[in-house]
Amino acid sequence: MAKVPVQFTLNGSETAEFIDSGSTLLHALRDKIGDTSPKGGCHQGTCGACSVIIDGELRLSCLTLAENCNGTAITTTSGLSEGGVLHPLQRAFLDAFASQCGFCTPGMIMAAKVLLDHTPNPSRDEVVQALSGNICRCTGYEPIIQAVLLAARANSQNAA
Amino acid sequence: MALALQTFSTLKDANAALQSAGTRYLGGGTLVVRAANEGDVSVTGLVRSTEPSLSTIDVSDGKARIGASVTMAAVARHAELGFLAGAARAVGGPAVRNMATVGGNLFAPTPYGDFAVALLALDATVTTEDGETPIDAFLAHRDVSRAIVTSVGFSVPQDGFRFLKVSRVKPKGVSVLSIAALVERAADGTIASARIALGCMADRPMRAKAAEMALVGANLTKEGIAPALAVATESTSPATDPIASAWYRNEVLPVHLGRLLLS
Amino acid sequence: MELRKNYFADVRKDDLHEIGQDRPRSDSPGHVTGKTSFFADRNFPGMLHLKMVRSPHHHARIRSIDTSEAEKHPGVARVLTAKDVPHNVYTILILIQVGPEDETVLADGKVRFKGEAVVAVLADTERAAQEAAAKVKVDYEVLPAVFDMEEALKPGAPLVNEYHGQNYYLYDSGECRKVRFGDVEAGFAEADHILEQSYQSSPIEHAPTETTGCVVAPAGNDRFTCYTNTQAMFFTLDNTSIILQMPGSKLHFVGGTVGGGFGGKVDVIVEPIAILGAKLTGRPVSFIYSREEEMQISSPRAAEKVVIKDGVMKDGRIVARKVTGYTDAGAYSRHSPYGAQKGAGHYPGPYTIPNVWIDTYCVYTNRTPSSAMRGFGVTIGDFALEVQMDKLARLIGMDPLEFRFINAYRDGDMKAHRQPTEGAALIECMQEASRAADWPVAEKYMAMSSYAKGA
Ligand SMILES: Cc1cc2nc3c(=O)[nH]c(=O)nc-3n(C[C@H](O)[C@H](O)[C@H](O)COP(=O)(O)OP(=O)(O)OC[C@H]3O[C@@H](n4cnc5c(N)ncnc54)[C@H](O)[C@@H]3O)c2cc1C
Ligand code: FES
Ligand code: FES
Repeated sequence: MAKVPVQFTLNGSETAEFIDSGSTLLHALRDKIGDTSPKGGCHQGTCGACSVIIDGELRLSCLTLAENCNGTAITTTSGLSEGGVLHPLQRAFLDAFASQCGFCTPGMIMAAKVLLDHTPNPSRDEVVQALSGNICRCTGYEPIIQAVLLAARANSQNAA
Repeated sequence: MALALQTFSTLKDANAALQSAGTRYLGGGTLVVRAANEGDVSVTGLVRSTEPSLSTIDVSDGKARIGASVTMAAVARHAELGFLAGAARAVGGPAVRNMATVGGNLFAPTPYGDFAVALLALDATVTTEDGETPIDAFLAHRDVSRAIVTSVGFSVPQDGFRFLKVSRVKPKGVSVLSIAALVERAADGTIASARIALGCMADRPMRAKAAEMALVGANLTKEGIAPALAVATESTSPATDPIASAWYRNEVLPVHLGRLLLS
Repeated sequence: MELRKNYFADVRKDDLHEIGQDRPRSDSPGHVTGKTSFFADRNFPGMLHLKMVRSPHHHARIRSIDTSEAEKHPGVARVLTAKDVPHNVYTILILIQVGPEDETVLADGKVRFKGEAVVAVLADTERAAQEAAAKVKVDYEVLPAVFDMEEALKPGAPLVNEYHGQNYYLYDSGECRKVRFGDVEAGFAEADHILEQSYQSSPIEHAPTETTGCVVAPAGNDRFTCYTNTQAMFFTLDNTSIILQMPGSKLHFVGGTVGGGFGGKVDVIVEPIAILGAKLTGRPVSFIYSREEEMQISSPRAAEKVVIKDGVMKDGRIVARKVTGYTDAGAYSRHSPYGAQKGAGHYPGPYTIPNVWIDTYCVYTNRTPSSAMRGFGVTIGDFALEVQMDKLARLIGMDPLEFRFINAYRDGDMKAHRQPTEGAALIECMQEASRAADWPVAEKYMAMSSYAKGA
């Protein structure tokens, strides 16, 4: 099978790998590169567990071909905490009990991060819209929404 | 045969590559990659083109041209396409909108194709290397179309464009149905012309021609539109799927069409 | 959180140190950093991917299976059929002596529900496995199917499962689980009103965000490590041991991290066949349900039908209750004989009724086998019972909460299945609910207690 090279920045590090042509970014990240923080819950775009950030935009890695990510900058949840310090969103998800089984959590955090990057003080409705492509079957959405609002408040207090 | 991707800088080369059996064009991939993930082994090759014009939006002299690779998110945030933002935002969640393209939406089977419904009401033209095709004709023959769609074009309406998507899960859910309407009023306020497009009322977006005709000359009031609502389901053949039954779709279509027209 | 310590203060030491306190969960840091290891996060060099060829029919005889083209497909390591499985016919509850064995790991001669596993294909990549699966040829003779429990119980209905011989589970008590207490017909004769209603539910899929699956790695010493998201680790290990005729000491199960289960991951479905694949090829094997398989093939909560007939007095006392419950097991038992039995144990609800008659049936149909889900055997019954309670209260013009106080079981009451009630706290829960919901009841009910009758 034809192998093709892919090269991108993953959580700030230059990353290169040979993959089968036509394989998804989710497969490349999890099975080749070893970043298993994006999860595969459906492989059909419906659950959002595989969400990653590509060049600042939220994407579903299960429907994105890895080859098309050459030269991009990719962020995953495993790259958020710096030097062992949790990102405010990670802290808030932990404190607000927004993660029961944890399977949806990395995707939720990605969707929330893109929101807060563009809209530091979102309304509740904006949070709901931003998370609308992500399914959680355990926690219930309210604690997750509250966690994102909590992180936004924590951010603005730090900035003040 | 494994799935392989070929990328071409020119449309010509991409179109040529698309002629071989088992090959499909790759837009945002939200349908075609999904099908491969789910075990559809009929597609063996994907082709895409990086031709820059595929990704641009031009609005000038009352005409709009949207490249086929433009995403729903890009349409939604385009300042001069504000009237279409609702239809673009009706597609999927935020991540899907960052990927789903205008070109791909033209091929999306029911219950998808919400944006194509809007384009149908706008009487858009679809451009391929063979030239421009009216969207009605394009949709009718889309299953046998092998050429890359490069753009869609339409006249920007002054006003009178409305769009509604009905879904059970909010804010993101698959359509029970969607409706787009372009209604032009005469000086006396009566309806001069109407183009109404329906989603999920057939296997692909369709026009509600009987309702359109019944609206001409009518007042935009509850009584005025009643004859149009009475014929709204004429020639529909809605889908029965996990979202809704054909019966339900037919029952609620007149209700939602009425609300949209009077909104 | 608020604790109402005034209830049962006399029988309880006030020494709760942890309850009522906020405590960080030990697994949260892993979840929020993406470091929690789910089974599918394990990856091994040379790993094979298993795809299942499934029945497109609800009920059919298999005339023949031809795997020759699939075996030749590039990347395919092995194709498995029923004859490769050492002990192909099994049932999970055999571990607690609830037989007969009635389900096949891979279909042998017959399929009994749409989506049933027929042939397993193991290949280098998922794509190769899918392509090869598409080349497996199965010749079916379609049989009449039955999807409705009442239809299935009628004489002449298509026989779903030959291992049972009839379309219901045969308990030691006969065609259903039975509870007989007092004289229910005498109770109805004495009642001021009789109300008979039937309640029905559809199957409910758990839809966990992480689909069912496992990853198996040969340990190199005839032992196999199976990373799994089962909710029933030892059930799975013991059943796998039976199915593969391998001592449990050869099986090393690693799990406990489940991406949502809700009862949907208690069946033993993916592990035995994946371990068999690893054993026969010597390579690691990954078998993960697609989303479609999870929704269509994995067992849902059973569809149920509950018929309740009550005799009630004008003063609010229920004097007779007759319940007939039907649990749709689908094509195979899995946990449903137990679910239906739980129903029998659960009726007539948390109420003291002098005359009770209960029959609960576990019925086989050609639907997807059902199994455990959050309070299975009980939840749908509770829905039916409590709707019935509201209807009864309305019938006699009584406040629904006061009506429940009148009938609530209390310590010392004899339950229908002859267990004396102990540790009941229903009265106190309802008193608190009355306050919290601002739904006042007469003072005499607020003065009641679960201990003393007549108080
Ligand atoms: C979770 C989820 C939710 C969704 N929700 C909605 C929704 O609410 N409404 C809705 O309308 N859709 C929805 N969709 C469907 C889909 O995302 C959209 O219809 C989208 O616009 C399809 O575009 P694409 O670029 O991703 O198509 P692709 O998957 O890339 O392509 C789809 C088909 O169109 C062909 N094609 C694409 N571009 C071209 C071109 N330029 N020329 C010729 N052929 C082309 C492809 O060959 C393929 O056959 C959803 C999808 C997912 C996964
Ligand atoms: S795995 Fe990508 S959306 Fe579910
Ligand atoms: S915490 Fe389990 S799916 Fe969200």
